Formats: sequence, structure tokens, C-alpha cells
Amino acid sequence: MSTIENTDATEAKPEGLQEFTLRLRRYDPESGQAPYFEEFQIELEPHRSVLDGILQAKAKEDGSIGVRCSCRAAICGSCGTRINDKPGLACHTHLDEALKRSKDGKITIEPLGNMPVIKDLIVDMDAVHWKKQARVTPWLLPKEPLPEREHIVPRESMVDVTQSMACIQCGACVSDCLSMEIDPLFVGPAALAKAYRFVGDPRDSRHAERLSNLAEDPHGIYACTHCFKCIEACPKGVAPMSQIMRLRRIASQDHHINDRNNGERHEMAIVNSVKKYGTLNEAKMVPDSYGGPLAPAAAKELVASLPVITKALLRRKVTPKTALFHHKNPDQAQIKRIYQEVQGREQRLELNLYITQPDEDPAELAAHEAHVAEAAAHDAAEQAERAATNQTEAGA
Amino acid sequence: MKVAYWPGCVSRGFTPELHGSMAKVAPLLDIELVELNRANCCGAGVIAEHSQELADTLNARTFALAQKEIEQGADLMMNICSTCQGAQGECQERLDASAEYRAEVNKHLTPEGLEYAKGLVNKNFLWVLVEELGLDELAKRVKRPLTDLKVGPFYGCYIVRPTDRLGIDDENPRDTYLEQVIETLGGTVVDYSGAQKCCGFPISLMQKETSMRMAGQNLGEAKDQGADCLVTPCPLCHLNLDMQQPVVSKTIGRDLQMPVLHLPQMVGLALGMDPKELGLGKHVVKPTSVIDWTTSVVGSVGALSAA
Repeated sequence: MSTIENTDATEAKPEGLQEFTLRLRRYDPESGQAPYFEEFQIELEPHRSVLDGILQAKAKEDGSIGVRCSCRAAICGSCGTRINDKPGLACHTHLDEALKRSKDGKITIEPLGNMPVIKDLIVDMDAVHWKKQARVTPWLLPKEPLPEREHIVPRESMVDVTQSMACIQCGACVSDCLSMEIDPLFVGPAALAKAYRFVGDPRDSRHAERLSNLAEDPHGIYACTHCFKCIEACPKGVAPMSQIMRLRRIASQDHHINDRNNGERHEMAIVNSVKKYGTLNEAKMVPDSYGGPLAPAAAKELVASLPVITKALLRRKVTPKTALFHHKNPDQAQIKRIYQEVQGREQRLELNLYITQPDEDPAELAAHEAHVAEAAAHDAAEQAERAATNQTEAGA
Repeated sequence: MKVAYWPGCVSRGFTPELHGSMAKVAPLLDIELVELNRANCCGAGVIAEHSQELADTLNARTFALAQKEIEQGADLMMNICSTCQGAQGECQERLDASAEYRAEVNKHLTPEGLEYAKGLVNKNFLWVLVEELGLDELAKRVKRPLTDLKVGPFYGCYIVRPTDRLGIDDENPRDTYLEQVIETLGGTVVDYSGAQKCCGFPISLMQKETSMRMAGQNLGEAKDQGADCLVTPCPLCHLNLDMQQPVVSKTIGRDLQMPVLHLPQMVGLALGMDPKELGLGKHVVKPTSVIDWTTSVVGSVGALSAA
């Protein structure tokens, strides 16, 4: 390491290069040693990727650094890593951007989370990610017999699944899934996004089975805690959590799957509470989600919750009056009417901003046009000036 | 400053001390609260999961009511719940993105003469403190700095992710505001891994054990890093972290005793208010490690167990 630094110091630094410090998490399970961090100095243009930095350290300083990569263009999904505590693609993260996000001027690079480490930055995708993909039957199960030629489907229905098809299987969302951190059996964001890819596909004939399977699984769609970590992690805008919410919507609304995880009942408890009162009536959430006040499961849960209920009453957080008589919105009739109108529609009205781009902002558009016009005027003026100078020069 | 104030459901339900403390702290910050009594639940993400149009319409209704107050002189809409911020923000993103979709949603509101016009400013109390009031102004009003009080920030998912929708960037680093407010009030920030993780509340009725373990991991981490208490701008997080804490402790087999403050309560303490007045006595885990109840001196080292 020192020899390289010395040689570098004696040579003149090529223009545009900048020095960066990479702090790599090293771990070789076979060595018997605990994981540790090691720092590497690299020198590259700031717009180059973190992956380029890792590869330079590997080439110049330590060939034993374990890293997986292939396309280097954010297509293959091989180089998922955690950079300064955030998951993403090493090839898709600029060094200067990574430096900006670091707390101490060093770029920290770690393997993805929620998966066992094979070596350094390489995690065992087979053990977790691919196993979970296989769990959702990730292939088309069309109606038999197959049509003689191609399937004819409405264009919009295929556009709808393009978002989940954009997944490149990099594992960034799996790395940060907070449900999976606590419950390793959770099917997880990547696999559930893949499940939506087939539930949303009109050619597939097993929507009901797929959905009931994932709704009844205690580690299925109702184990997602709605933390947005996967949406934030995904480098391709797949928004796995949004796909999970669509699976829930179709499971409960189109297929009326009354699952054993309280998923559908909990959804309806909230929807109905707002329809009746305009606000959430928390006192009814437990009995309604567990199947109504008379259901054995509800009674069991209420008994289990007695210490909590008693304490809440003792602390005067809740009074028997507020618990039993929930306040009704003075305009409840309006809210009920909105429910009737929306629920009376034959087809759901939805707007997916992944597919529909936002309207162009007239103010921004005007500012942009003014800017273009100004630049053109500036260019014209410059050209005229140049022409004038040329003429003068020619004249001289 | 005058704000169209949406308190949310839980702050008037199972965490009445949140709405109560907000109402008491506001005058000390010269914030006039015009309560949106006729507004409705944001749906907490669940109504959007059920029907996007229904959630968007319900929230458009709340926004339209807020805009009526803004016409009457309010500066912006304010909420005191991370979940409201996130769920309302998600609907607002769609409503603002498409004039056609907005018009379709507004059709449901016309019978009452309501209409949502693009571009409402809706900020959580946390954002109002930093961006509208300003930390210098807040510092000037501190009467009893939270000296020696070690506070773990707990944001709630909905107010930190997704960053682009929430407007978190270099100019507005909203995912660092809790730390900034704690320091402005004279307290010490505890750096622990749970600050921006999930409290587990959304699945507490579906996967109870996972939910309790999530809360337990965050509370335990904060304890390991030496926190005296947590502070949160989200009443739903408060339900899982405080009200359920005895169950959480039992589930993970660890006596946690970690008090959790609502954001306005922490501000109120530093502004010199009485702990009881701020409803601290209503918590399941009483913040005795925060407050010496005999003298009301903030920052004294904890008395005995609270719950």
C-alpha cells in the first residue's frame, strides 16, 4: 500500500482526479475472524461510480476483496451493496454523491442486510432472495388449452404490470426490509412485487389461488409493516410496498378473501369506522379486526389486552365514556355520500404516477421557455459580435 | 402564525395528552390553532390500500376545508401526526399531479361547495418548528433547558420515507429535524439504530408478535445507548412504544421502562410548563426518569420504576 502511495505522490496527478477513502466491511466466514472495517485510498474522477472505486482498490491494493458485479450499467443487479447505511447499486452511485452523504468524509461500503455474507460484499442471494422468489411461483400459469396464436390482452393491463417487471433482482429492498429483520420468514418486498406481476397479468389463470395463498400465510402480504423502506431502496422505481398494497386490495375487494391474519377484517374495520364516525374509533379496532365482538378470537385477544386496557383507564388516557361513545363528525352525511359514490363505481378509478407522468407545470414551462429564449438571444448576440470582429479583422 | 390545525384521530382518542399538550404549547410559540373539526381521518394508508379514490377524496375534503381557513387568513395547514403527514402527502401527490384526476375527485365535493385547489402547504408540527418558527426563535423561548436529558428521536416511517414525496433534501433535511429540536431545547441526542425504523404498529392486529418485537428492538436499542426517554411526532408510534410497552417487555423478555414523550410535550417542558399540565401522567410508562416529580426539575436522574 505504501509503495503505491509513494509512486503516486511522485507522479503529477492527472487533471480531474480526486482522492476518496473507501471504508470496506471485510468478512471471511471461513477465516474464523470477526468482521472488520478496512480503509482504502482510491483516486478517480468524482463522477465515477463507487463500484469503480472498489474495483480500483481490488486491482491496486488487495485482490482478495470480495465483490460481485457484471454490467456496471445498473442493468444486471449484481452489485447491490449498502453505501453509507443505504442500500443501492454500487455501479449506480457516484463517488461525489456518496461522499456528500457520508458522516465523516469516508465512504462506508457494506454488504446487503438480511442475508448471510459469503465474503466481504458478496451475500448469499440463494439462501434468502431467490428462495423467496421461488415461493411465489414466479411464472405464468395460463388457462389451458393455450390459444392457437398469441394471447390478446388490453394494453392498459400490461402497462399496469410494467412497474413490477422493472425489477432487476438486486436485493436492495430485501436488504432493508424491516419486517424481514424481525421475521426472517416474511416473503418480503421483492418476491411480493413479483407476485403482483402475475396477479396483475390478465393471461394468468390462478389469481385467486395466488392471493389466498399469500393472504393466509402468516408471513405473507399482511406481514408487511408499511415502512416504505423498500420504496426508498429500489433503484428502479418498482415501489414493492405499493405492489403489496395492490395485492391486498385485490385479495379483499375482488376475491373477498377473509384471511386468518385479520388482514381483510382490519382493513374493513378502519374503512367502516371512518364511514360511520369520520374518524377512527380505536376502541372497536381490536374486536372488529378479530371477527366482531362475539368472535372467540376477539374475546381471547380482549382478555389478553385487559392489562393494557386497565392501565389506559387508570391513567385516564381513556375514559369509559370516550371508549364507548365515539364522537361523530358533524358532517357525517357528506362522508357517507362520498363512500356511496366511490363504492358505486363499476371500475376503480386509480392514478399510478409511475405510468402517468405529472402534468407539466405552466409556471415551470414558462420559466423553461424564457430560459431557452434568453440562451438563444445570447447565442445570436455572440454570433453577431463574432461576425463583426471577423469583419473588422478581415478589414484590417 | 395562524394554522389550519388537523389534530388527527388518535390524538383525540387514545393519546389525548398529545392534543392537550399541543393546545397548551401553541400560545407559548405564538401559534394560533384553528381546529378543523369537520375534517376526517386520513385513512392511515389503509383506506388508500382499500380504495385509492376513496382515500384521495376524503383527504381532498380535509384539504379543501383547510384551504377555506387559509382564505380566512391562516398561513398553512398543520398536523401533529407522522402518519397523517405521510398518508395525506401521498394523496396530495396524486391530486396535485393531474388536473384531470383532481377534477374527478372534486366532483364528490361539489354538493357542499368544497373544492381542493392544487398546492396546499401541509406541515407536521416538527416541520413548523424548524421551517416556520425557526430554531433561533424556539431557543429564545426556552426557560428550562433539558440539560443532561438524553433523548432518542423516533420519527415514524411516514414522516421520513419516501424522501422525494416528503420534500427531504439538502435544503430541507427534514430527517434531521428531531435531533435539531432536541439540541435547541438543550437536550442531548442519543444516536441509536431505531430512530427511523418502524414501531410495528401497522401490523399490531395482524402479526402481533412481530409488531411487539419491532417495538422492543427499538426501545431496547435506545436503552442500550443510554437514552432517558424517546420523543416522537407520531401518536401511532406512541401507542406501540408506550401503551403496549408492558406487552412488548413481556414478549422480548426484557424490562424496558422507557418513557416516550410526544413532541409538543418535550417542547412544553423546555418552555417551563408543568409536567402534569402536559399530560405526562397519562402515559403508561410514566416519565419519572425525565422528571423529578417533587421539584419538576427536568433532567434529574430517574426515580424508581414508573409503570
